[in-house]
Amino acid sequence: MKIDMEKANQEAASRILSSKPTLIDISTAGRAIPGMEKKKILHAGPPVTWERMCGPMRGAVIGGLMLEGLAGSREEAEKLAASGEITYEPCHHHGAVGPMAGVTTYSMPVWVLENKTFGNKSYCTLNEGLGKVLRYGAFAPEVIARLKWMADVLAPLLRAALHEHGELDMKAMISQALQMGDEGHNRNRAATSLVIRELAPYLVRLDEDREKIAKVLEFMNLNDHFFLNLSMPACKCTVDAAAGIEGSSVITTMARNGTDFGIRISGLGERWFTAPATMVDGLYLPGYKAEDAAPDIGDSVITETGGIGGFAMAAAPAIVKFVGGAPADAIRFTQSMYEITVTENDTYQIPALDFRGTPTAIDLVKVVETGILPAINTGIAHKEPGIGMVGAGLVKPPEKCFHDALEAFVEKYAP
Amino acid sequence: MAENKITKLFTQDLVVINMGLESFAENLQAENTEVLQMNWKPPAGGNKQIAALLARLGR
Amino acid sequence: MGRIRKTIVEKDSYYDSVFLMLINKEVKQVPGIKDAVVSMGTEMNLTLLTELGLNSPETATATPNDLIIAAEGDTEAAVDSALNAAKELLNKKKSGGPQEAGAYRPVSLETALKMKSDANLVIVSVPGVHAAREVRKALESGLHVMLFSDNVSLEDEISLKKLAVEKGLLMMGPDCGTAIINGKPICFANVVRRGKIGIVAASGTGLQEVSCIIDQLGEGVSQGIGTGGRDLKNAQVGGMMMLSGIAALKQDPATRVILVVSKPPAAEAAGKVVAELRAAGKPCVVHFVGQEAAPADGNVHYANNLEEASRLAVALLRGQTCTPSRFTAADEEIRALIDREREKMGPEQKYLRGLFTGGTLADEAMIIFEREVGGIYSNNQTRPELVLKDPHTSVRHTIVDLGDDVFTVGRPHPMIDPSTREERITKEMEDPEMAVMLLDIVLGYGSHEDPAGAILDSLEAAKKKAKARGGYLSIIASITGTEGDFQDMDDQRRKLESIGCVVMPSNYQASLLALEIARKGG
Repeated sequence: MKIDMEKANQEAASRILSSKPTLIDISTAGRAIPGMEKKKILHAGPPVTWERMCGPMRGAVIGGLMLEGLAGSREEAEKLAASGEITYEPCHHHGAVGPMAGVTTYSMPVWVLENKTFGNKSYCTLNEGLGKVLRYGAFAPEVIARLKWMADVLAPLLRAALHEHGELDMKAMISQALQMGDEGHNRNRAATSLVIRELAPYLVRLDEDREKIAKVLEFMNLNDHFFLNLSMPACKCTVDAAAGIEGSSVITTMARNGTDFGIRISGLGERWFTAPATMVDGLYLPGYKAEDAAPDIGDSVITETGGIGGFAMAAAPAIVKFVGGAPADAIRFTQSMYEITVTENDTYQIPALDFRGTPTAIDLVKVVETGILPAINTGIAHKEPGIGMVGAGLVKPPEKCFHDALEAFVEKYAP
Repeated sequence: MAENKITKLFTQDLVVINMGLESFAENLQAENTEVLQMNWKPPAGGNKQIAALLARLGR
Repeated sequence: MGRIRKTIVEKDSYYDSVFLMLINKEVKQVPGIKDAVVSMGTEMNLTLLTELGLNSPETATATPNDLIIAAEGDTEAAVDSALNAAKELLNKKKSGGPQEAGAYRPVSLETALKMKSDANLVIVSVPGVHAAREVRKALESGLHVMLFSDNVSLEDEISLKKLAVEKGLLMMGPDCGTAIINGKPICFANVVRRGKIGIVAASGTGLQEVSCIIDQLGEGVSQGIGTGGRDLKNAQVGGMMMLSGIAALKQDPATRVILVVSKPPAAEAAGKVVAELRAAGKPCVVHFVGQEAAPADGNVHYANNLEEASRLAVALLRGQTCTPSRFTAADEEIRALIDREREKMGPEQKYLRGLFTGGTLADEAMIIFEREVGGIYSNNQTRPELVLKDPHTSVRHTIVDLGDDVFTVGRPHPMIDPSTREERITKEMEDPEMAVMLLDIVLGYGSHEDPAGAILDSLEAAKKKAKARGGYLSIIASITGTEGDFQDMDDQRRKLESIGCVVMPSNYQASLLALEIARKGG
């Protein structure tokens, strides 16, 4: 073998552990994201063409084009979307991540995070809330209106408050949330409360209309997943620091676009290994069933890649309701994740496991060897655009991605 | 060298890892011996091509 | 009969094969079921499935990690019943188990070692094709290994033993069924008093027999190291583990006498073993099964059989002389016993049928017979003209090792599952020329919970059948076990004696008695 895989993986793990994801600003995609253009749409998951996009993502693209004023109706938007004039690229190619469809357009406000240890940045849109929202493929007038309010009111006020407050240490906040029943992917209630708590006084002190401020606070309060759009880029700028290490089999990206599931490996650079997205095994909200579900979608699995989410399931026993199990099952899932990771986190700890650090830095080789696939908790979208979340549960990534990646890894490093 | 490790074993409490038939672990427990039962599976789920790839990595 | 077929595939559900065979057996017994398969989706099993017509589109893509449950029966209800029975039995395993409910069971050895950082022994009983790699990992992590798995290549055995020797570790096996380490029975072993006799054995049932006799004589075992059957027999392995074991027992202050049991070794290896024993600084006893005892050579004493080896070791420990003897009971008693067993036999009753579950015990019986009478057939015979053409059919004097591969394809070993022997007993009883049946009853961990009870009905039926023909079937047995074994040795003896079986104190004495009774006929 040409490289010392163990050493390379230790390096990757060490970079992940020493990262300091920090919220530094709110900006817009156009201003902050490198390579962003008016007619470029960023999306969740590995590269995908308009032709291959699933229902919810197409709906989000339509909404995005309408938001940017590039189209006035669904028909116009669809024509434009298919015309070749619009470029589609993964959020991941631009240091960004997006939940569900993950559609990010030029004027959208984005959180800006910086990994203080290594200097790299990451970006994510602000979470719209639940139900009929763009990320689930909705593009009705109220969706566009909300997005505009977020750009005109929510983002500027939060930005001002943030600048008064100063940078927010995301690592510390996530660490606290994990000890309060969150896991950072499917359960974000505690962290959402913490961020509101931090910013509230600064919002109140702003020289702004009281009702405006109240609406901002209310908006965040009504959305238990508000913090998801912060936990995701926090994990993104953390794991990005471990990308491109020669000989490392650490998984630096896992992502889905509703059509394909894709992974990237540290020692294999930018190369994606994809396979058809799988279906989530979960429980459905009243009135919905398995036949209604869209395939697994979103960049939110960056949280598992970063050592939280499904990997910290033992911290969020409430989540197991979605997997139809008992708290002991949540613990067992986390325990089995230790078999496929390089290290244990020194900051993200799980009270139920005697404050053991979460399994961190997924090792492709161990995944394939043990047959233990990364455990992912996720929401389920309706397959028709714009209906919203219909359930939540556990999803297993397709084995093929990992087998293909292993083959490429072996071809490169043990030819 | 050889003798020391084996003779050393003779002076220690037996702490066993059982990889395979569960009854072996059950029997040891009946004899008050510390044993950890593994949940062993064929590597890569028995997939021979993958096993060959893993072998090239020295696994 | 048997036209409904159903097959289920449970993906990613691994279970070990012995467990599945036992479930398979239960499922086949469901009323109305013609055939059933409960197994992992290995290539071999999938072929079997197709031959039985139980394959399906799902089984075509099944992997060795997927569980297949299939049944063929008279009615749909019967087949469903069988499939449900299988699932129930599998689920029972999920809840119970050797650890506290909820304790995590690691998939990888690496994780197991993290969980038990003070582990010092790994028992490996996974399918042979995977075993060598796992053993290497264990040895490289500095752990001793008990390798129960068979079907490990000679090449791997040599390489692993070299690694073990280099690291000063035990690598007991492959195909090592028995060990006693620090007084703990490992795999198929008996609960034996802890004491001062250290044993190194290339035979599992050989180790069981000597350790039990030592216990019965009032002494105990310090350590019982298994080496696997090939260790001394194969010149390339050259007795590596035997020599390691002897060296360790030499160093061990708790061991005062060393006892070595093996099949006849390759010549060079034998020399090395004896040299090592001569330098041990303690009395040593050697029994090479099948070889006549050589005269004593300094501190090294030779025995003719397993019982003599045990008695010799005990005598040396106690500083006593070992009286050579054939039977424990007085000569007159034995003569009377033989007469009594013979007197009701018909003139056509001439032959001995030895039905054994322990390979070494079968060999011991066969060798005794060969030595005294000659011409005994067996599936283990070295003389080609005396190898059974059909192992399932006895010829004249026959001793069968029912644990041989030919009998255990797709079936658990007869020590675990007495039905193989039961079937053979039922077959043998049809032969009016059979005079004596010889059996080994092996107790201890790993063995069936009631080996005597399980065959009692068929033994009784055999005796009845002989009587109905105007003759008498003599059944001689020995019990390899101790009072500490969970099967209750006294109860096992009582059960056998209650139907007129004669229970002798050792396999050697049982074989000798059976021989004497048989030779008195024809």
